[in-house]
Amino acid sequence: MLNYIIRRMLYAIPILIGVNLITFTLFFVVNTPDDMARMQLGIKRVTPEAIEKWKHERGYDKPLMLNDGEEGAAKFTHTIFFEKSAAMFAFDFGRADDGRDIAHEIKSRMLPSLAIALPVFLLGLLVYITFALVMAFFRATYVDFWGVVLCVALMSISSLFYIIGGQFLISKLWHLVPISGYGGGLDAGKFLVLPVIIGVISGAGASTRWYRTIFLEEMSKDYVRTARAKGLPESVVLFRHVLRNAMIPILTGAVVVIPLLFLGSLIAESFFGIPGLGSYTIDAINSQDFAVVRAMVFLGSLLYIIGLILTDISYTLVDPRIRLE
Amino acid sequence: MNMLYKPVILWTDALIYLLVIVVLAFVWYVRRNEHMLAPWRRVGHSASGMAALTVLVFFIAIGLLDTVHFRPAVENSGNSEQVYSVEVLSLLDVIAEPLRTRVEKTYSAPFAAHLYARETIELPDGGQVREFPRLQFGGAHLQNPDVQLAVDVAERAAAGAAQGFLGWCVLVVLLGGLLARQDNAGLLPTLSAIRRGTTEIPWNAVLLTLMLILSLLGAALALSTHYHIFGTDKVGQDVFYQSLKSIRTGLVIGTLTTLMMLPFALLLGIMAGYFRGWVDDVIQYIYTTLSSIPGVLLIAAAVLMMQVYMETHPELFDTIAARADLRLLFLCIILGVTSWTGLCRLLRGETLKLREMEYIQAAHAFGVSHWRIISRHILPNVMHIVLIATVMDFSGLVLAEAVLSYVGVGVDPSMISFGTMINAARLEMAREPMVWWALLSAFGFMFALVLSANLFADAVQDAFNPRVRTWSLKAGKLRRTERTKTPESKPVAAAAKDSNPP
Repeated sequence: MLNYIIRRMLYAIPILIGVNLITFTLFFVVNTPDDMARMQLGIKRVTPEAIEKWKHERGYDKPLMLNDGEEGAAKFTHTIFFEKSAAMFAFDFGRADDGRDIAHEIKSRMLPSLAIALPVFLLGLLVYITFALVMAFFRATYVDFWGVVLCVALMSISSLFYIIGGQFLISKLWHLVPISGYGGGLDAGKFLVLPVIIGVISGAGASTRWYRTIFLEEMSKDYVRTARAKGLPESVVLFRHVLRNAMIPILTGAVVVIPLLFLGSLIAESFFGIPGLGSYTIDAINSQDFAVVRAMVFLGSLLYIIGLILTDISYTLVDPRIRLE
Repeated sequence: MNMLYKPVILWTDALIYLLVIVVLAFVWYVRRNEHMLAPWRRVGHSASGMAALTVLVFFIAIGLLDTVHFRPAVENSGNSEQVYSVEVLSLLDVIAEPLRTRVEKTYSAPFAAHLYARETIELPDGGQVREFPRLQFGGAHLQNPDVQLAVDVAERAAAGAAQGFLGWCVLVVLLGGLLARQDNAGLLPTLSAIRRGTTEIPWNAVLLTLMLILSLLGAALALSTHYHIFGTDKVGQDVFYQSLKSIRTGLVIGTLTTLMMLPFALLLGIMAGYFRGWVDDVIQYIYTTLSSIPGVLLIAAAVLMMQVYMETHPELFDTIAARADLRLLFLCIILGVTSWTGLCRLLRGETLKLREMEYIQAAHAFGVSHWRIISRHILPNVMHIVLIATVMDFSGLVLAEAVLSYVGVGVDPSMISFGTMINAARLEMAREPMVWWALLSAFGFMFALVLSANLFADAVQDAFNPRVRTWSLKAGKLRRTERTKTPESKPVAAAAKDSNPP
C-alpha cells in the first residue's frame, strides 16, 4: 500500500512540472514582461524607464530561461523561470502587486473558503443522495417523472440566478440573514447560512440526476433480483444492498473534489463578501495581478492532483476487488 | 460603384457559415444512409426532444439572422468615393430597427410610459416641478397613460397573439395537408391523428410548442412597436433588443467551442487509442496535465494573457465589432483548449476497444493502411460519442459564458451577451425601487435556451446508445425501456469537478 502511494506521488511530479511549464509559457512567453508592463501602466503614456522600473519591482528584468551574464549555477538560477516558476514548488509564490506575501495570504484565506465549501459539500452529498434514493424507490411513477423534470429545470438555471435570487428573497425581502459579510468564530454562522443553502440548491439538479442513474443502474443488477426473489422487502433491498454498492462510485467520485474545497467558490465568495481564496482570485483577475493568478493556477493543480491520488486510494479501500498493482 | 452597404464577414461569422455547411453536409449524408438514420428516427419519436428542437430552431434562426453582418453606406454629397459607417450591423438589427434606435434617457420599467427616475421639469410659466418625465418612445402615443395604458397593452397583446395564432392555424393546415398527401389519407383524419398523438413523429408536441411560441412572438412584436416590453437599461437601450442580440453570443460560444476542440480531441484521442505505446503515453500525459489545472483558473489565466496580447496588437482589428468578435473567437478557442480532454479520454477508451475487433484485425491482415483504417473503420464508429458530447456540452457552455463574464474573463464588455447583461444589471439590485427587468429577462432567455438544449441533448443521448436500462414513464403506464447510460458530461464551469478514474 505504502509502495503504491509513493509511486503514485512520484507519478504526480511530471504532471506538476508540466503545469508549471504551461503557466510559465502563458505568463512569460506568449506575452513578454514588457507587454504586461505596458498594459498595466497604460498603452499611450509609457516611458521605457517606467517599464524598467515596473519589471524591476517584480523581478521580471531577468532573462527568461538562461542568464548568459552569470557564471556556473547562477546561469540557471538568476532567471525568471527559476525565480518565479520553479520557486513555486517550494511554495514561494512571491509578492502580490499590493506588496503582500501571497503564500501568507493563501494560508489566512483558506479557512473562510473551507467554512462554506465544506458544509456545501457534506450537506449536498446528503441531500442529493436522499432525493436520488427517493426517486429510485418510486421509479417509473409520477414522483420519479416530476423529480427528473425538476432536476432538468434546476440544471438549466444559471448559478448566478440562484445567488442573486437567494440574496434578494431571503436577505432583502425577508431580512432573515445579512446579505453579505463574514465574521470570525460563532458569529460567522449567520453569514454562512445563505451561501451554504444556495450552494446546495445550485448543484442539486445535475448531481441528483446523476446519482439517480447510478442507483437505477445498480438496481438492474442480478444480485438485486436475487435479493428480491428471496423475499426481502423493497426497503431492505434498497438500503442494505443497493445503497451500499452504489456508494462506491458516488463516494470515490466525490473524493476528488475534497482537496479543491480549500479553493472555495469563485462567484459565491465574491457575491457574499467572504474573504476566501475564491474572492482573492477574482480580485486578482480584475486588477490583473498576474503573480496571484499564477500562484492560484499552481495551487489548484496541486490540490487536484492530491484529489486524484486520494481517489485511487479510496477505490482500493471501499472495493476490495481492486488490488494495488 | 455605389453600393448601399458593404458586407462584413467577421471571424465568427465565417466559422458559423462553415458550421452550417458542415451540418447541411452531415444531414445530406445521414439521409442517404438508412443505418445512420435509425437513431435520428428515435430522436424524432421523443416528444420532449422534438418540442425542445422547435424552440431551438427559433433561437438558431435569430442567431443566424444576427450573423449576416454589413456596414451601411454613409450619405455624402457629391463625392465619388463611397464611405461606409464604422458601425457594423446585422440583418437582425435591420429587422429590429425600431427596437435598436428608439433609445430612452435611462432606466424605464417594462410597459412604462414614464422614466424610472424623477427629473426637474421646467413649466411654461417659469416654475419647476419634480416628476417622472414621459418616455420619448414607450407609450408615447397615449394621451393619458395612467388611464389608457392597461387597456392599450391588453388590446395590442390580444391582437398580436391572435395574429400569431392565425399564423399557427395556417401552419397546422399546411402540415396536415402535407402529411395527408404522404399517407394518402384525408385532411380531417390526419388532423385528428395529430391531435391524439398517434402520428409517428409527435407532431402534437411540436405544434403545441409552436402555438405557444407564435402567440407569444406575435404579442411581443405587436407590443414592442409602441412599448419597451422588457424595459430599458441604464443608457436607455431596449432590453428586449439586448436579449435578442445575446442569443447569437450564447449560440456562438456553445457551438464554436466544440468546433474548436473537435480536431484536438478526435486526432489525439484516436491516435492514443490506435497506436498505443509511446504515442499513448505522450497524449495521456498532455491531457492529464491540462485537465489537472482547474478549468476556470486556466481560462482566467489565458484570457488575461489574451487581453494583454490584444492591447498590444491593435492592428488586428479595424472596428469595435471586429475587436469584440476577435475576443469572442479567442474565448471560444480558450474554452475549446481547456475542454477537449474529457472527450479525448472517452475517444481513446473507445478506440482501444475498437482496435481489437475482428473487422479491424481483418483489415490489418489485408494490409490496409493505418490512415484508411482510422478514417473508414474507427472514425465512423466513434461519431456517436462525439455527437453526444457536443450536444451535452452546449448548455454547459452557455451557462459558463455568464459566469465567466461575471468573473471578468468573458466576452468583450461592448458585446451584448447574457453575461454582460447580468453583470450590468447586478449592480442595480440595491436601487430603490429595484431595477429587476434586465436581470430577469436575461435569466429568462437563458433558461429557455439552456432548458431546450438540455431536453434535446437527453433525446439525442437516449437514441444513440442503448446500453443501460433505466425506467421511463409513458402516458401513465409503467413501461420498461432501453435507455442510455449518461456519459459524464463536463460543462466547463464544473471542470474542477472532473474525476479521473485510474
